[in-house]
Amino acid sequence: MITHDNVSAGDVLPALEVKIRARHVVMGASSSRDWQPQHHDTHWAVERVKVKDIFLNTPNQAGWIERYLTDWTGPKGRLGKVRFKMKRSVCAGDVLRFEGAVTDVSTDESGVGWVGLDLRLTVEGDIATECTARIAVPVSADDDPWSRAGDEWRP
Amino acid sequence: MKTQPRVEDWIGRERTDPPGDIVCERGYILHWLEATENANPKFWDESSDIAPPSMLSVWMRPLQFVPGRTETFMPLSLHFDLKEAFDLPDGVVSASEMTLHAPVRIGDRITTTQTVRDISEEKTTRVGTGRFWTIDVTYRDQDGEVKGVETYEMFSYKR
Repeated sequence: MITHDNVSAGDVLPALEVKIRARHVVMGASSSRDWQPQHHDTHWAVERVKVKDIFLNTPNQAGWIERYLTDWTGPKGRLGKVRFKMKRSVCAGDVLRFEGAVTDVSTDESGVGWVGLDLRLTVEGDIATECTARIAVPVSADDDPWSRAGDEWRP
Repeated sequence: MKTQPRVEDWIGRERTDPPGDIVCERGYILHWLEATENANPKFWDESSDIAPPSMLSVWMRPLQFVPGRTETFMPLSLHFDLKEAFDLPDGVVSASEMTLHAPVRIGDRITTTQTVRDISEEKTTRVGTGRFWTIDVTYRDQDGEVKGVETYEMFSYKR
């Protein structure tokens, strides 16, 4: 488990690689209730969007990003903010690689310990999605960012 | 002939949609964890009533079929109104940001308010000619508590 005092700017997260199958794309669309055709209809994706296959939708990418971050922080990690820009589609058949590095570590006025990160999602070395995130981690063994509410939680 | 819409008439426009069709429930949370192969015990623990924060936008997406409903509600309806007004049939999300406030819990029913923050001049990119715009979506629960704010930057275009 990550605590605030054992994280420093420059720390690198373990990479994650996922072979994206059509099932991932369709299940990602279904679990986020996104029925735009490019996420389940190959003909539409190829003929209309001019990509090689159906591709991951935006909310599902946010889900993968949260999962990648909390794999690293452990269950007390609580996402505050995530911003991402998609440069190219992540299609069924692609191997999606997640990499990340800590950019800053800080504590806010309420005592919440924050970690800022830059993430890259790549396919065959090309950047598919660039992301910055801010996640709260415990400042001590008995702290839990999930216990913060109201003015004490400033994402 | 259709009159050209004026950008200044659209900036600041706000719309509150009816409460979402989906009430936050465990089956959806498990489906999300399944789709992202997420083993986080915070959400698998049966005593936990918290949805993964990244699920925020799930709770506003309407059912595709409801008995007696003749029109399908569109999530991000302002985006689709803008596409229609500016006659830009295709659209992509170019960037998105989520700020996550109070967690969404099992039993919560979410209402969203959308606001058009800005609209660009006409631009030509690799995919076509159109406009970038930014829409903020604020998510609140049945008690009015803010659960999160999502900002979508979209490019809508014509080939």
